[in-house]
Amino acid sequence: MEPVLFILFGAIAVCGAIMVVTRKHPMASALYLILTLFAVAALFVLRQAHFLAAVQVIVYAGAVVVLFVFVIMLINVPENRMPVERVTTVRFLGVIAAGLFILESAVLARRFSMPKGPAAEVGTVEAVGRALFTDYLLAFEVTSVLLLSAVIGAIALAKKKI
Amino acid sequence: MIEPSAYLLLSAILFGIGVVGVVTRKNVLIILMSVELMLNGVNVAFVAVGSFLGDAAGGVFAFMVMTVAAAEAAVGLALLIALYRLKETIDITELKVLKW
Amino acid sequence: MVNGILDYLWLVPALPLLGVVLNGAIALFAERPLLLKEAGLPLAGGHGAAHGSHDDAHGTSSHGSAHGHHESPAYRKLVALIAPGVVGAAFVVALLCVLSLASRPADGRTFVQILFPWIQAGSLLVPAGLQLDPLSSVMALVVTGVGFLIHVYSVGYMSHERAFARYFVYLNLFMFAMLTLVLANNYLLMFVGWEGVGLCSYLLIGFWYEKQSASDAGKKAFVANRIGDFGVLLAMFLVFWTFGSLSYTEVFAKVPLLRESGVLTTGLATAITLLLFLGATGKSAQIPLYVWLPDAMEGPTPVSALIHAATMVTAGVYMVARSSALFLLAPDTMMVVAVIGAITAIFSATIGICQTDIKRVLAYSTVSQLGYMFLACGVGAFTAGIFHLVTHAFFKALLFLGSGSVIHALSGEQDMRKMGGLRKYVPVTFFTMFAATLAIAGIPGLSGFFSKDEILWQAFSSPHGSPVLWGVAAAAAGITAFYMFRLVFLTFFGDSRMDPEVEKHAHESPWTMTVPLSILAVLSVAGGWVGIPAVLGGSNFFEHWLAPVFHPVAAAGAHGAAAAGAHGAQGAVHHPVVLEIGLMALSVAIALCGIGLAYFLYRVRTGKPDEIAARWPNLYDVVYHKYYIDEFYEWAVIRRIVNFSTGLWQMFDALFIDGIVNGAAALVRAAGERVRRLQGGVVGGYAFSLLAGAVLLVGYILYRSVVQ
Repeated sequence: MEPVLFILFGAIAVCGAIMVVTRKHPMASALYLILTLFAVAALFVLRQAHFLAAVQVIVYAGAVVVLFVFVIMLINVPENRMPVERVTTVRFLGVIAAGLFILESAVLARRFSMPKGPAAEVGTVEAVGRALFTDYLLAFEVTSVLLLSAVIGAIALAKKKI
Repeated sequence: MIEPSAYLLLSAILFGIGVVGVVTRKNVLIILMSVELMLNGVNVAFVAVGSFLGDAAGGVFAFMVMTVAAAEAAVGLALLIALYRLKETIDITELKVLKW
Repeated sequence: MVNGILDYLWLVPALPLLGVVLNGAIALFAERPLLLKEAGLPLAGGHGAAHGSHDDAHGTSSHGSAHGHHESPAYRKLVALIAPGVVGAAFVVALLCVLSLASRPADGRTFVQILFPWIQAGSLLVPAGLQLDPLSSVMALVVTGVGFLIHVYSVGYMSHERAFARYFVYLNLFMFAMLTLVLANNYLLMFVGWEGVGLCSYLLIGFWYEKQSASDAGKKAFVANRIGDFGVLLAMFLVFWTFGSLSYTEVFAKVPLLRESGVLTTGLATAITLLLFLGATGKSAQIPLYVWLPDAMEGPTPVSALIHAATMVTAGVYMVARSSALFLLAPDTMMVVAVIGAITAIFSATIGICQTDIKRVLAYSTVSQLGYMFLACGVGAFTAGIFHLVTHAFFKALLFLGSGSVIHALSGEQDMRKMGGLRKYVPVTFFTMFAATLAIAGIPGLSGFFSKDEILWQAFSSPHGSPVLWGVAAAAAGITAFYMFRLVFLTFFGDSRMDPEVEKHAHESPWTMTVPLSILAVLSVAGGWVGIPAVLGGSNFFEHWLAPVFHPVAAAGAHGAAAAGAHGAQGAVHHPVVLEIGLMALSVAIALCGIGLAYFLYRVRTGKPDEIAARWPNLYDVVYHKYYIDEFYEWAVIRRIVNFSTGLWQMFDALFIDGIVNGAAALVRAAGERVRRLQGGVVGGYAFSLLAGAVLLVGYILYRSVVQ
């Protein structure tokens, strides 16, 4: 069952990602981004990472992408002011390089030997919570500071007058 | 069974598509979304490897990445709004005053 | 140590240095602020140079009323006390040292005092050391003695100079450098003094630097000396290369040894000595580098007396005498030295005939007398050269100081055509100067006679000499007598041709000036009595005193034996006494002829000189313009160098060097133009760079994993 689901959601995620970077209007990209994020959440479930899957849906799809959509609608760039995309040397080379990068990573990934088998229960609420509040407590607290500063920064930047 | 390398391959593909978006697009909004794609690609790798190795660190790292991604999106979009107010554009190629 | 007072030899140069420090502090912290403050104010009795007149710091000073214009700050009294004081103290110390040295046996009269290790580089070990032997003691006594008198004289002469302290700083510095030069125990330290006196000479010639001609003369002296210094430097390299040492005692001790082993060939000795002599021609104003000395008369007159007559210009003679052991090995050099000396003697004497500036006459006379000294050295009679150096220091310093007194009396007038009849105005100056004139003319019984006649005799009789050299030197002696008496007659005798305004204020100089004149007059008369030759019944004390310096080394050289023997009566080559007496009488007769001719032309038939000048206008013109030597140098050397330098500037510097520099800049600029595109400000570009880096990095990791 797992291979089928993996291929299905993997394909959805990749297709969604391709759509994200190729859409002309950002609103379409945002919607495809939600699709990709859901597919990735499903992949997390496949690896028994239920907690992370939930966070993925709640935080990403529920918060981040909604934020994107809000901003898109807030600034509401008219169609004729959308940047016109052109193929340039750097862009062309960038695509080639990205392809090379994927290829290299793939070759490299195949060289790793890893115990394969049913997913260990590491992504559940209990496992993540235990790790977070014991071994990674400091990182967790620092993250909260990061979020706080991001909130303050966002408010400061979005004010009428900087 | 699915090979661990399959997850890594998927991770690399998602990351690579994100990179293509960052490098090729002019629209700042889409670039920011592409960054989210890249982060997601990384997350896939973290979660998959963590679960295959039975190490909770993978999940924790993915969690951290999501937090950073949320913070980054918040600040990035705030910058974008300020920028649009100032320059009336979301074309990244027009924002090159740091050239000199 | 049992050396007694000799252990304090270092005080001799150190005392003037102390004067430099003290006076320097005064000049810097007391005088300079005062002068700067006054610079903005219009002053009635301003700076000497501001008058644009001749060598005169006190154009207004000779007017009795002008004295009140200058307030006399307290520091001037202090300077006037310190500057001569330290030199006088140095003289006393030097005298005590020499007396202590004289009490030693004749062959032990070389005292070396090592002060501190100075330069240690590989095999080059040069300590800063002082050496007192008969030769350097003579020099040290002359330098400090005459120097002291001139310092005292300067206090009076410069009393109305505004930069009073600065003047004495330079003068003390000169004393320090000159004493370093004569007392050094090695060539390198001597060279330090050599350069030091050159620097002080430059500073003092250009003392009134606001006057264009003075600052030009200073530069000319400096540059002409540089040419000679280049020779000295090369000679030092050769000496070190040959002997592995630069100290006199070691070098001269090794001469016989290296001579036998064939290392020190005649060619090498000739090269060393010719290079040394090049330095000597620069410092001692010989052909071809003499041109700076007449121009050096732009400096204050006491400076001309001290530096450009009595002491510094004799440094070349001293160095040649000091290196006599080397010179005796190079007969070719000896000949060059003798010939250059003889030519210089007669050449500059002829120029002296036509000069009208009182100091210039004396300047050419100095050049001429220095020629005599080199002639003596060139024929191997170093003792005679040093003897003449000493007597010349007395009478030439006196002549210069006397001329300074005359100039002082005439409010800065230097042209002899505007003098005359001064005898009754400045009696002390007249009598002292007349004594010096008699001495330089070679009147028997005075110092100049003994030293000059010794040279003439050696030029004739020495193995290096020849009757031709004698003839030239005797002719020069006659010309010397002529132009010196011309000077005296034009200045002190006859009717006054003075400006009436100037004549009104003509007065004798203060005691600070007349007392040194009197002392020098006594020395000019009696200074020669230490060297009365045996043939006239004297003991020739001077020659015996210097014998330990010249005779042992002379005897060591192949040519030395004969040269050593040539000295005086104990020589191996015997000339009849009658011949010596006869030549002496002949030279006196020549001198008297010169005097008689001067009397005839300038006292009896005063219109005659102009007639002669009118009859041979071309000849007169050439001599009057100093044979156009300056113009010739201008054309032959200076313009070539300027053209060459201009060419270098335009071709090499502007095109090549600037091309490299500008090329480097253009290269960077072009590279920047290309690289700039990397930093286009477009985020996509930066992202691509990141990506490319990541691709390469991952590719490298992949490659490594594949290789393993």
